[in-house]
Amino acid sequence: MELCDKTASKLAKMLKKGEISSREITESVFKRIDEKEGVINAFITITREKALRQADLADDRFRENKRISPLNGIPVAIKDNLCTKGIITTCGSKILGNYIPPYDATTVTKVLQSGAVLIGKTNMDEFGMGSSTESSAFGPARNPINPEFVTGGSSGGSAAAVAAGESILAMGADTGGSIRLPASYCGVAGIKPTYGRASRYGLISYASSLDQVGVLGRTVEDCAVLLNVICGHDRYDTTSADLRKPDFRRSLNKGIKGIKIGLPREYFVEGLNPQVKDQIIKAVTLLHSNGADIVDISLPHARHAISSYYLIATAEASSNLARYDGVRYGFRTSENISDLISMYEDTRSQGFGKEVKRRIMLGSYALSAGYYDAYYLKAQKARTLIKEDFDKAFEKVGCMITPVSPCLPFKFGEKTGDPLQMYLVDIYTVSLNLSGLPGMSINCGFVDGLPVGLQIIGKAFDEEMVLRVGNAYEKMSGSN
Amino acid sequence: METDAIICFETHVELKTKTKLFCDCLVRYNAPPNSQICPVCTGQPGVLPALNKRAVEYTIRAGLAFNCTINRQSRFARKNYFYPDLPKGYQISQYERPFCENGYLEIPGDNGQPYAVGIKRIHLEEDAGKLVHSSSSFEASDYSLVDYNRSGVPLLEIVTDHERNPLRSLNEARVYLEKLRQTLKYVEISDCIIEKGQFRCDVNISIRPKGSQGFGNRAEIKNMASFRFMMDALEYEIKRQSEILQAGGQVEQETRLFDEEERVTIPMRSKEDAPDYRYFPDPDLVDIEIDEEYVRSIESSMPELPEQTVYRLTEDFGIPKDDALILAKNKSMAGFFGACAEYCEDTTRLSRWIIKDLFKLLNEVRLPIEKCPVTPQDFSKLINHLSRGEVTDRIGRTVLGEMFRTGGSPEAIINEKGLRPIQDTGVLREILDEVMAANPQAVSKIRRGEVEPINFLIGEVMRKSNGRANPAKVRDLIRREIVLDNA
Repeated sequence: MELCDKTASKLAKMLKKGEISSREITESVFKRIDEKEGVINAFITITREKALRQADLADDRFRENKRISPLNGIPVAIKDNLCTKGIITTCGSKILGNYIPPYDATTVTKVLQSGAVLIGKTNMDEFGMGSSTESSAFGPARNPINPEFVTGGSSGGSAAAVAAGESILAMGADTGGSIRLPASYCGVAGIKPTYGRASRYGLISYASSLDQVGVLGRTVEDCAVLLNVICGHDRYDTTSADLRKPDFRRSLNKGIKGIKIGLPREYFVEGLNPQVKDQIIKAVTLLHSNGADIVDISLPHARHAISSYYLIATAEASSNLARYDGVRYGFRTSENISDLISMYEDTRSQGFGKEVKRRIMLGSYALSAGYYDAYYLKAQKARTLIKEDFDKAFEKVGCMITPVSPCLPFKFGEKTGDPLQMYLVDIYTVSLNLSGLPGMSINCGFVDGLPVGLQIIGKAFDEEMVLRVGNAYEKMSGSN
Repeated sequence: METDAIICFETHVELKTKTKLFCDCLVRYNAPPNSQICPVCTGQPGVLPALNKRAVEYTIRAGLAFNCTINRQSRFARKNYFYPDLPKGYQISQYERPFCENGYLEIPGDNGQPYAVGIKRIHLEEDAGKLVHSSSSFEASDYSLVDYNRSGVPLLEIVTDHERNPLRSLNEARVYLEKLRQTLKYVEISDCIIEKGQFRCDVNISIRPKGSQGFGNRAEIKNMASFRFMMDALEYEIKRQSEILQAGGQVEQETRLFDEEERVTIPMRSKEDAPDYRYFPDPDLVDIEIDEEYVRSIESSMPELPEQTVYRLTEDFGIPKDDALILAKNKSMAGFFGACAEYCEDTTRLSRWIIKDLFKLLNEVRLPIEKCPVTPQDFSKLINHLSRGEVTDRIGRTVLGEMFRTGGSPEAIINEKGLRPIQDTGVLREILDEVMAANPQAVSKIRRGEVEPINFLIGEVMRKSNGRANPAKVRDLIRREIVLDNA
């Protein structure tokens, strides 16, 4: 096994003992990148020189025996919608193709301060708008398990990098399933913490009330290590929660005996691939035989999740993306501009991709005078009902288990012709963004050589339970 | 047909907080372009707003000053439109649940009665940047530059109510704006300097037949850069709409611009072209809860309002109401009075001297009271000399002029210039004897019982003594020398 295929937790131990150096790990990662990146396309920008410098600095810290974070010297890839000072940050879009942020996102600052080694910025669906990474302006990422298949999206590059050994850990962001879906499709672990748990400052907004920064890793424990670093209150994000952040590693091994796990019956109905369903049920059976109580629960408004999600997300996006106007930064049309309006129109027509433009138009329509009540307001009401469903169900259970995706990873072009088919891929993930709840995807086996993801849903700010159940499953299934 | 105007103002007031509304940049006027900016106020990707609490406090202060209901829960909304001076493509403003609603501002109405002008709402929003064109307008320019120093400066919008006691005439509009500005300055939340863009108005005007309860179509007028222009625009617009109505026509509902050159309003866009701002609650900012205790703490620490100052001046210091009103027009002037009054025995004399004499000196050299070279202590010493009869009014004015010019104390100037009053009766008598000798006719008239020439003689003595004689003493002497002598 190459260094680049090991877990962060294992590497941290080896580093601490002085068995290896961060430089060796980092070089191993870049060797893998040189071998595979031509096919995988997990990165939009690779920061090789910077990474090697950071690795050497991390090694110095080991030698100086300073107080050291478990992340010191560990390679991390960062999704290209998190701002990195002095490093191009494109958000997967042509309109930000040349954009160099003057500041670091709060979560990026925390990761860099912990001594992690930044490998590069990962590929993604343009502005996070997609479920396959096919809408990236820099070409799609390919699934390391089988490059004929998509990685899932939008954090497809982050998931692929971790799966391929092109990084050890990765940061992602999740608006409707953008961490959990690619984690599922690439067979790695990924968690979206509770809305407000990690700062959004410096995360390029798609839909502000749904966006949340999260992490991807090879194991649940690896996710906990990175999550420990990025979470916490930030005075520059007023929507971040002013709560004490627990040590997410502490309760990992508490086991699942007597824990009540809910299975929302609305998530196991028509539309779910039967082979995927079988894998999930097998996993649930295993958890049950290891002492968990399985409880049948109901989330009656689940069927409204997709429509309310796509109204709220697009409405917010239509406003969030208005700043890309060619005036201050990013792409501006090179055509002769006769007046201000055509400068705006040409810049935005040429700078945005098809899916982004579709969502801006949908969202603008939903917010228009005369339509606001029927669309945006109604979607917000549905959102409240969906939230209340979860609150009620969580009176009976400690966590829930569902599939991440209703289908297996699909091939390129399979769903791009029909946006609605693409939107339905998110049917099991968007509810968590609407309700703000934490959710994790872990692998629970393979069907026809393709990975299946299991989603664990926790109560608000109870990531510990999600991680604990995920870690227990990993141990008992032997997938770790 | 007689007509009534209905005038509604949307007034934008820049708050004088140290930093901007959603970032840590300083609010500074006349700073070099784009020197007071950061990722937040230039709308970089990924930034989020963090609310300035002082701006909320100032907004509530305004709400209390204008008798508003302070909403327990308030919310920011996005107003979406494209313009190069608006970095995010939307302005963070308020729509539903502004901080303050349903207030009023009392002014003297045209009929002489107090009139409580309805204030519909006061909300808080961020200001935009400034465009600098290479020529006179956007269209005519080869290039335009944007300065984002002003972007994100906290801005209050104060909107009057068109249904509840709206303004009805040009005069009421003027009085309202003056009172509005005066009050905002009193509660120390804005300097309201119109030339610096700290106090800007849009105005809606409609006309209806006198006595009618309905509303005519209204025109909104924008782009009035000074108080003078606002009044010109209003006057023109009232006349224009009245003429249309008189001629049996109908006013178009539209937005008009004020043309500074021609002093007229011209059409800008019709109702059909009105933009759809697609307001929705800003998901980057949580709702703001404002509890009673917080409002009370703001109320108790709030600076005095103009009415309270007038009340204090008349009740505590006993000066005439007309004087109090004049002094209270300018908070600093009232403050100067208050500082003097501490040391003064005769506050009415004090207010008279400030209003008549100190104002005149300040106006001559265009100095604000804050920069008055005469300290309140010295000024009140002078007033005390006057009220004790130690200095005549005439010498008082001379001394004040010197104090104003040199900053010296009244005693020093009186001594130095030999202006000390003549206390010695013998010296006075000598002067009076000289005057009487030179004016035998006047003396004989007085002997015959005429009163008028007494004043003449006093005047002559004052002249000869360079004002140092005490007129009362001189009168006394004349009575003794001539009148009593005669008897």
